[in-house]
Amino acid sequence: MDIDKLVRMANSIGHHFAAYPDREEAMASIAHHIEMSWTPQMRRELLSHASQPASTHGLQALVADALAKHLVLPASTSDA
Amino acid sequence: MTIFREPDYGTPARSSAEMITLSIDGEAVSVPAGTSVMRAAELIGNRIPKLCATDSMEPFGSCRLCLVEIEGRRGMPASCTTPVEAGMVVRTHSTQLAEVRRGVMELYISDHPLDCLTCSANGNCELQDMAGVVGLREVRYGMEGRNHFDAHSAVAPDVSNPYFSFDAAKCIVCSRCVRACDEIQGTFALTISGRGFDSRVTAGIEQSFLDSDCVSCGACVQACPTATLMEKSVIELGQAEKSITTTCAYCGVGCSFKAEVKGNEVVRMVPDKDGKANMGHSCVKGRFAWGYATHPDRITTPMIRNTIDEPWQKVSWETALNHAASEFRRIQSKHGRNAVGGITSSRCTNEETYLVQKLVRAAFGNNNVDTCARVCHSPTGYGLKQTLGESAGTQTFDSVLQADVVMVIGANPTEGHPVFGSLLKRRLREGAKLIVIDPRSIELVKTPHVQADYHLKLMPGTNVAVANALAHVIVTEGLVDSAYVAARCEDAAFQQWCEFVARAENSPEATAAITGVAAEAVRGAARLYARGAVNTSADAGADACAKRHNAAIYYGLGVTEHAQGSTMVMAIANLAMATGNVGRMGVGVNPLRGQNNVQGSCDMGSFPHELPGYRHVSDSSTRGLFEAAWDVSLDPEPGLRIPNMFEAALDGSFRGLYVQGEDIAQSDPNIQHVEAALRALECLVVQDIFLNETAKFAHVFLPGSSFLEKDGTFTNSERRISRVRKVMPPLAGMADWEVTIALAQALGYAMDYAHPSAIMDEIARLTPTFKGVSYARLDELGSIQWPCNDEAPAGTPIMHVDTFVRGKGRFMLTAYVATDERASKRFPLLLTTGRILSQYNVGAQTRRTANLVWHAEDVLEIHPHDAEERGIKDGDWAGVASRAGDTVLRANVTERVQPGVVYTTFHFPESGANVVTTDNSDWATNCPEYKVTAVQVVAVNQPSDWQQRHREFSARQQAYLEAARGQRKTGKDRVDA
Repeated sequence: MDIDKLVRMANSIGHHFAAYPDREEAMASIAHHIEMSWTPQMRRELLSHASQPASTHGLQALVADALAKHLVLPASTSDA
Repeated sequence: MTIFREPDYGTPARSSAEMITLSIDGEAVSVPAGTSVMRAAELIGNRIPKLCATDSMEPFGSCRLCLVEIEGRRGMPASCTTPVEAGMVVRTHSTQLAEVRRGVMELYISDHPLDCLTCSANGNCELQDMAGVVGLREVRYGMEGRNHFDAHSAVAPDVSNPYFSFDAAKCIVCSRCVRACDEIQGTFALTISGRGFDSRVTAGIEQSFLDSDCVSCGACVQACPTATLMEKSVIELGQAEKSITTTCAYCGVGCSFKAEVKGNEVVRMVPDKDGKANMGHSCVKGRFAWGYATHPDRITTPMIRNTIDEPWQKVSWETALNHAASEFRRIQSKHGRNAVGGITSSRCTNEETYLVQKLVRAAFGNNNVDTCARVCHSPTGYGLKQTLGESAGTQTFDSVLQADVVMVIGANPTEGHPVFGSLLKRRLREGAKLIVIDPRSIELVKTPHVQADYHLKLMPGTNVAVANALAHVIVTEGLVDSAYVAARCEDAAFQQWCEFVARAENSPEATAAITGVAAEAVRGAARLYARGAVNTSADAGADACAKRHNAAIYYGLGVTEHAQGSTMVMAIANLAMATGNVGRMGVGVNPLRGQNNVQGSCDMGSFPHELPGYRHVSDSSTRGLFEAAWDVSLDPEPGLRIPNMFEAALDGSFRGLYVQGEDIAQSDPNIQHVEAALRALECLVVQDIFLNETAKFAHVFLPGSSFLEKDGTFTNSERRISRVRKVMPPLAGMADWEVTIALAQALGYAMDYAHPSAIMDEIARLTPTFKGVSYARLDELGSIQWPCNDEAPAGTPIMHVDTFVRGKGRFMLTAYVATDERASKRFPLLLTTGRILSQYNVGAQTRRTANLVWHAEDVLEIHPHDAEERGIKDGDWAGVASRAGDTVLRANVTERVQPGVVYTTFHFPESGANVVTTDNSDWATNCPEYKVTAVQVVAVNQPSDWQQRHREFSARQQAYLEAARGQRKTGKDRVDA
């Protein structure tokens, strides 16, 4: 999928949860929201994009950290 | 009046704890205080003759036919205007009464044409009935002399309205039409002009009905006791022979109607007095605009083609379904299980929607299913679930009659939800206060006998900033209902929210620069909502807190269709919880749903992450329940949302789509992007009643059925499940639910239902909130508001009564984040979109009716200042361009919009409103931001490139259809078309 769009979507989720003063809670909420509403394939593409250096991936730090720390991918690759 | 007479008690029911006992014709009767003598008599079956009285309106006392004798009273009082009193002794019939009534009738009839046999009301005329009841045998005055009906005197009937005619020659000046327009509809378009013998019903200021303010709701026609106001369809076809109660297929109000029918032909649709959503009222769409169902454009034969650049081939159902199924299977085997999906319809029934999502989950084996709610109320589902615990509105419609303050946010009820709009206006005329939050001056802001106390005319895209400012005032001025919050909400989340909204950045003074709304207006509105006082001082507001008042919020797509749609829904829920306004009559959080069954389609598991009843696909116990019932294993991961499907189509991972009753190529934003995605599909199956915009990109067309052609249920904005009943057989031979079953069968997955009631039984078995719902119960109760289960066997009109569905209410933080769609040098104006009364959604239905007389094209509303700057005059062509695309519309120069804002509707595909809207969307649900697009507007003299391409493409597709229409069907069970 168009990675720029996925990044934009992830950042807009990040903007919302950034209001939460507890950074840990915000990160968990971001990852949870993405897990609950994105297909595994979209999550996989975003996660692989997020592994690029921070200077190029375009994700907010909060979102990038949330993905790294909390985002879970399904075990199977049924999403082919 | 309906042909199949419903009881008419003459005057409205009164509710009072005090019961009054009186004697009527020797029989003791007890009724609530305030009841009329007429109603009390009717209740014991002693009918009193009447003409000007009807129980949908307040008594008027003009016809003098309902006179009675009351012991101890002089003369003969009118029973309609006389309230009962304890110990009253009433006589409804005596020789003297009979004589007086006959005399009254004689006078009426002396000025009425005696053409009963050829009159359109013959057999259904209250004047005729009353002449019979009083035993009128002669008219001693003769029919000569001054009158209103003979060739010399009669005024030509006013036939300007496309649906009904007004023949003053038959008018008895009972004022029922005038009162219906005032009391029921609230438009005040009719009046009685002249005096004495010259009195006559007049629309507007001596205008025709069409030129007047009349909104063609039909209430006057319904109220008329004679043939004066009569449906043209009845004049043409005669009175109907049977009546079938069903539910309107237009907006989310879900009005109950009686379809009056001869054979398979609808004669008229009459609003059902017992319908709990509409209580006997209707709007121009449901009442009159049903002719699309038999429009010649209906396609009644399945069609297939290999590419969209070739003519359609008419085929048998079997050929079409097998072709669709083999294509889906071919795509899945080549590109993976997830390369196909489906879109359920928010216009089809619950049962049909349920089957489509079941087909996707069980037969396709994935969760790639979505629905039109994605682009309208998905943020409602998300936001209310997060805060209150259930993805639905909290109230029943008539709750508004107990509201003291009503806040309408981003909704235009008098246009979008007209029957609810009328109910709301009634409450406002009774004195409820009104706050409107809208960038435009919608009708409610100022309309006869209604004026908003506050109109917060904000800039599009700044809802959340306004809501936070309202919350700031409520928290910092001590207007929180602390006892309610302490008892019912999570404390930590509440404290966090208080700290957040109390910050200086959320004060009305700070947000004014963003929202364009003066701080004092925001403060006044917050005090009014929280405490019911109109005063603008904080002290006066706090003083009023002694009396608990009811404040209700009603909102529409102006809340949800934003980048922060879900945030705003949560902000609304926060406001309601903070002020203790959830959980009883008169209050609540009320989303006004767009399409007839958008609530139902969401309930039925149309979202890619939720099974029926809003249960996440990752929940293994719920999944297990469905796996056992459906005999398949279900994917535990969310599927693609509609915009994700488009992206996946463009990257080649998604290649097949089954769309039932949804026109994504017109209704979705950034149309050129949608078109590119649809062109990329290898197999697009469209099931619809017309060759809609999406079908122009389809490879298989399966003919759909209108709401008149099938059994099922719709669920309206108040969670009310109502029966849809078959009035005529499906024109294409199969109803939509049967088509989905056949498609599943062709895919190798058997679905075994003999009737939609069996589908509902399965839904009830698998969905706790629907446990008590069945067709038998619906027949018994008329309609049911879910949750309906062992705890609430008759349904739940008001939700969250003692506790919230999620247990404790949860306040959510709602930081304002400016949308990317900001006015800039290149695109200095903000475009917002909406709808109007006479057209519905993409217009596929209403454009095929006479409603075109009110709205034949979409126009661009632009403020005089912005228009002048651009050299645009009213009626000129205006080019509207955004970063997504451009289109050309006629300009309507008006102060309804503020400077810097332009507005249009999206009812006509050629207008291309959605060529201009962008793919910006809500952060939580991807609901598109239709309500804010940065645009430039310039004077132009020709259609846009897209419009020219669209015109050519549509002409070509029409030719491909015409080519098929000339053919005979092919396939195994070939028959003549």
